[in-house]
Parts: sequence; C-alpha cells; structure tokens
Amino acid sequence: MSTRKKVMWWIGGAIIVVYALFPIAWIISISLKAPSDIANGQFLPSSISWGNYETVLTGSASELFLPALRNSFGICLIATAISCLLAMFAAYAIARLDFPGKKVILSTALAVAIFPVISIVTPLFNVWRQIGLYDTWPGLILPYLSLTLPISIWTMSAFFREIPWEMEQAAQVDGATTWQAFRKVIVPLAAPGVFTTAIIAFFIAWNDFVYGIVLTSTEAARPVPAALGLFSGASQFEDPTGAIAAAALIVTIPVVVLVLLFQRRIVAGLTNGAVKG
Amino acid sequence: MASIEMNNIVKKYGDGFPAVNDVSLDIADGEFMILVGPSGCGKSTLLRMIVGLEDITSGDMVIGGKRVNDLAPRDRNLSMVFQNYALYPHMTVYENIAFPLRLAKTSDDEVRRRVNEASDVLELKEHLERKPANLSGGQRQRVAMGRAIVRQAEAFLFDEPLSNLDAKLRGQMRTEISRLQRRLGITTVYVTHDQTEAMTLGDRVCVLRKGKIQQVASPRELYEQPVNLFVAGFIGSPPMNFLPATPEGNTLKTPFGTIDLDAERAAKIAGHDLLLVGIRPEYFEDASLVDEAKRPLGSTFRARVDVTEWLGDSQYAYIPYDAPDSIKAQLRDLSKELDSEELRTQAIVSIDATSRIREGREAEFWLDSRKVHVFDPESGENLTRDPEAGAELTRMAAQDRIEQLEDSQAGGAPSGGAPAGGTQVGGATAASA
Repeated sequence: MSTRKKVMWWIGGAIIVVYALFPIAWIISISLKAPSDIANGQFLPSSISWGNYETVLTGSASELFLPALRNSFGICLIATAISCLLAMFAAYAIARLDFPGKKVILSTALAVAIFPVISIVTPLFNVWRQIGLYDTWPGLILPYLSLTLPISIWTMSAFFREIPWEMEQAAQVDGATTWQAFRKVIVPLAAPGVFTTAIIAFFIAWNDFVYGIVLTSTEAARPVPAALGLFSGASQFEDPTGAIAAAALIVTIPVVVLVLLFQRRIVAGLTNGAVKG
Repeated sequence: MASIEMNNIVKKYGDGFPAVNDVSLDIADGEFMILVGPSGCGKSTLLRMIVGLEDITSGDMVIGGKRVNDLAPRDRNLSMVFQNYALYPHMTVYENIAFPLRLAKTSDDEVRRRVNEASDVLELKEHLERKPANLSGGQRQRVAMGRAIVRQAEAFLFDEPLSNLDAKLRGQMRTEISRLQRRLGITTVYVTHDQTEAMTLGDRVCVLRKGKIQQVASPRELYEQPVNLFVAGFIGSPPMNFLPATPEGNTLKTPFGTIDLDAERAAKIAGHDLLLVGIRPEYFEDASLVDEAKRPLGSTFRARVDVTEWLGDSQYAYIPYDAPDSIKAQLRDLSKELDSEELRTQAIVSIDATSRIREGREAEFWLDSRKVHVFDPESGENLTRDPEAGAELTRMAAQDRIEQLEDSQAGGAPSGGAPAGGTQVGGATAASA
C-alpha cells in the first residue's frame, strides 16, 4: 500500500470511529453535568458533577434502577444460557445429521427472527396475564428465547459446519461414543462459536425494550431498559436526562466488559492446524 | 491383531448407486493390503465400511472371526489414519496421541509409558507439548500415526495418508510406514490412488474399478500378469502402451511392425480380428544398443520419435502411431477412467540413458516380444494371461512376507520388563535405536 493510500485509510477510519463514538462521548458528558448545566448549549460540562450517578445508585432513582439491574442480569443470563444450550444441540443436528425438515427448521427460525415483536406483544400480554406469567422472570425469559434462539441456531450451525467431520469420526474410531466425541472434540472446537453466540444472544436480550415494558409492571421483573423509561425528575418541571444518561452508561459497562473478557475466545482460528494447512 | 474377511460387501447410496459392488476379500493376519484405484472406484468407501463409518448395505464384514456389521466404530478396535490427519487442534501432541487411551480409561502411568514409546518410534519426543497447528506436515502425519499405534488395535487403516505431503517427504514416510508395519506385524489396509505406493508397500494389492474388484494379487503379479486392460493400464509408470494389432497366423501386425508369438499364446488369441497388444515401456530398447544375443528374441522396427525425455538414469521416447477410430475411442475412455488425459495415440518407450536417439528423427527400435500381453478390445480381458505363473509370483511374495515378519520381529526383541501389550512398540523402539 502506498503512503497516500495508507493516509486515506487512516482518515476514513478516524471518521468512522468519531461517527460511531460521538453519541457515547455525548452521553458521558451529559451524565457528568449537573441538572442546571444540561441545557447550557456546550458539549463539555462546565463542572464535573457525580450527582446523576448518586441519584441512580443511592438516591431517589435507585429504588427503580437497582432491582431492574438485578432483573436484567438474571433474566438475560438465564435466557442466554438456555438458548445457547438448545441452539448447540439444534445446530449440531443441522450441521451434521441428514433429516427431513432441516430446511423447515432453519427457515422457521429465520421467520421467527424477523417477525415484528410489536405485533405479538399485545396478545402475549393477555396470555401472560391469564396464565400468571405476567411480571415474572420466566415471563420475560420465554419471549427472550424467541429472540435469541433463531440467531443462536444460525450462527452456531455455521460454526459447526466449519469443524471438519473427520475430527469426530477420528474420535469415534479412537473409541469415543457419539456423546464423548461431541463433548471432548466438537464442543472445545466450537467454543469460540459458542462464546460469540452467547455474547450476541446476551446483547439481544439485554437491549430489549418492548417486551420489558409491556410484560412487567413492578420491580419483580422489570429490566433496565424499561426502568430507564420510567425515571422521573426531582420535580415535574425537571427532566431526568442526566440520571438516564448515567444509568445508560452503567448498563453499557457489562457489555464492554463482556467483550473485553471474551475477546480472545471470540477470535476464531482455533481450528487452524486441525487439518493440513 | 486379526484377519479381515469381507463377503459380498455391497454399499448402495440413497439413489441406488452401488459405490461398492459385491466385494469379497480376505486379508490375512499381519498382511499389508492395498486398496487402489482411480477416484470414485469405492476404495475409501470400502475402508470406511471396515472401520464402521459407513453402513454396509449387504454382505458380511468379519474381523478376527467376529461379524462386525452392526458394531459401532469404537467397538471394532481398529485404528485409522485419515487423509487430513484429523488431529485434535485443541490438544497437545501428547494428548492427541493419548486420546484413545484416555477414552479407554487407562491409568496415567500407563498412558505416559505408551505415549512415550510411540513418540520414540516416531521421533516425536521433542514435540509432545506442542499443538498440531505448530507442526509441519510430516510431523502432523507422524502424530496421526502415533495416535494409531498407541493402542493395541486389531488392524491399522490408512486413508491416503501421504497425499497431503510433498513428493520427497512422501517417499520417506512411505518407507517409514512399511518399516513400522513390519515391526508391529499388524494387519494393515491402506487406501491410495497412487500406484507407486501400491506397488512398494503392499503384500497384496486389490485393484478396484467402479466398486468392483478387478484383481487381487502381489504387486509383481499385477505388473506381469494383469487380468485386464484396466489393471494393465493402471499399474506401472509410465503406463503400458496399447497398440492395435491384427493377428495373422502366429504373428501380430501392429503399427510397429509384426510381433512373433509362440504357439501357446497364438492359440489363445485365435478367433479375434482386432486386438490390443500391451507392451510396457521397458520392453522397448534402442536397437543399436541391444546385445546380439538378445536381438533374435524380439523384433525391430523403425519409427519417428516425437519427443524424448532424458532423466539421467533413464530416457523416455514418445512415438506417435495411428489407430483405427474404434480403438482410439476406447483408449481415450480407458485413460479417462484412469484419471489421465490421453490427447493423442502415442507409445512411451523406455530406452537406455546413453542412447543418442534424437527428437524428430527416425530411429530403429527393438521390441522384446516375450512378455507382451494381448487384450480383447471388446471385453478388455487379457487373452494371454498365465494364471499359474501369476499365482506363483503371489505365492513367492507371501513367502517373503512371512520371512520378513519373522526377521523383523526377531530383530526387535522386547526391551525387557514391558508387559505383553507393550512389547511390540517397545521392540520397535529397540530396533530403531
């Protein structure tokens, strides 16, 4: 690459990074502004104030926010775990076995994934109230599975397909049962795929707003995105903008931590050297 | 260790296409059997049926006297080396080799001892802690072999294990496999499409074509007494030349002059109008370099040389010839079936490296007519095959094998102290030291 080209790439990259990160910088700045400072028309706060964080974590909004944080973590982790486990088996079958209806399963999964959430949420609200799932953890875990399972099945079956079948056959010849071959050879090889899928599934569940606001009413199950919408200012003349920004920033942290933590696992290339390279 | 018997094995896929069709083959205990044929002949399918990775449509697979048709691969106690090695990339070399033992719940001490023995044999000692991704092709190949020899399997199965290596390494690994098999004295089935591997490694070679066995014999018998056009064309490099011929009494008229046949062979070909005569490249010679004593045993002819290839130790000349259209079409079909592309009808002739025959000139050649074979172009059958002579060659090979086996096992006496199971690998270690 010539120097000129390199410079162009750098400039292009910088523009994209600024474009993508500017809203985040903005929200950081808002979260650090005192209420009187929010509408001052400047990007940076005139003086850094931690008041918003205090409001969210210990102050008036903490009753709303902290249980919601706990709910969000619990519900999303459970939904992710279940969907990963189910998707692992489903994807393995889709990638390895030849059975009638394979295409149907994949296209149904796709159909479910693209089905607009808003159109089923009202009937679901009624059904949930009838059968007692309204405002409970399982009442959110179930719809979250419908969001995360299709994408998990699709990504994982792509990963499974990349694992050479000989691996598994070699294990069987070496004396492994189908289950042992799956557990000792396929799963470790698919680990990057499983982690990637888990993170994607977790984000999808974590970011959901529609189910969260419709299917819950109290702090028993209300997740963070729904709770953020219910924040109110200190008085009715005051917008809770600063508190929302602080809370939004706090809920972004687990996502960032997750990516940093599993970054290395996500990086594919573990299968390099399995076969002649 | 065990013998492998296949009785009328058939493999049909969903569309009814028989990939393996009525194959019956007996592999003796300790024998090195090669399955060879062009791509799509069913050799790999047959191997995978032995190991249990493919279902058998009909027929019996008997290993060590036990019918194994319905046994899962893990219950057959066979070890296999895959074409792409199928090493487990997330495990170290040590764990890769130890994997079959771990599955069998072998104690850690025993695992360490056996893996060390296997890695000694294969000279993998210094690589045990590395991951397969960091190994060269030849080292990966050895790890795959280590995983195969580490446990006491009934038989070794190889599925084109050398096809991913470069030519030089392939030659080395070939001799390595041969030596290993002799030392361990274990029944081995080896699939390849490479006729050099087939000839050099096998005690017996089974030539397959479209799922059917053509001939099972020692390499020498295959070379000297092939049953048909297909086997004759497949075995030997450069391949056998097929020339159109018309019989006239005790002679054959070919594009390269007339060939005299003895009365016995002349009788066998009686009643045919058009024949194919098969002549190996080395049956030809530059006429000026032939001993006077040998000269009367063959015939001489003049022909124009198209191309010569000088290789130092040998020299090949390419001589174009004309053939009737029907023969041309048939030879084209045959070469297509043998995975090669014959663009023109030409004979490949091996001449002495010192010969001064030059391209584009006419030269005189001598042709040893004693060993030529005559084929029926319709059925491809070898009309002049001498089954008795062929069987004798295979008997001799079998005798050699038994002697070699005894020698190598006596030479590699147990290093002492090792329990019965480990003596073979241990013995091999001692011999390689």
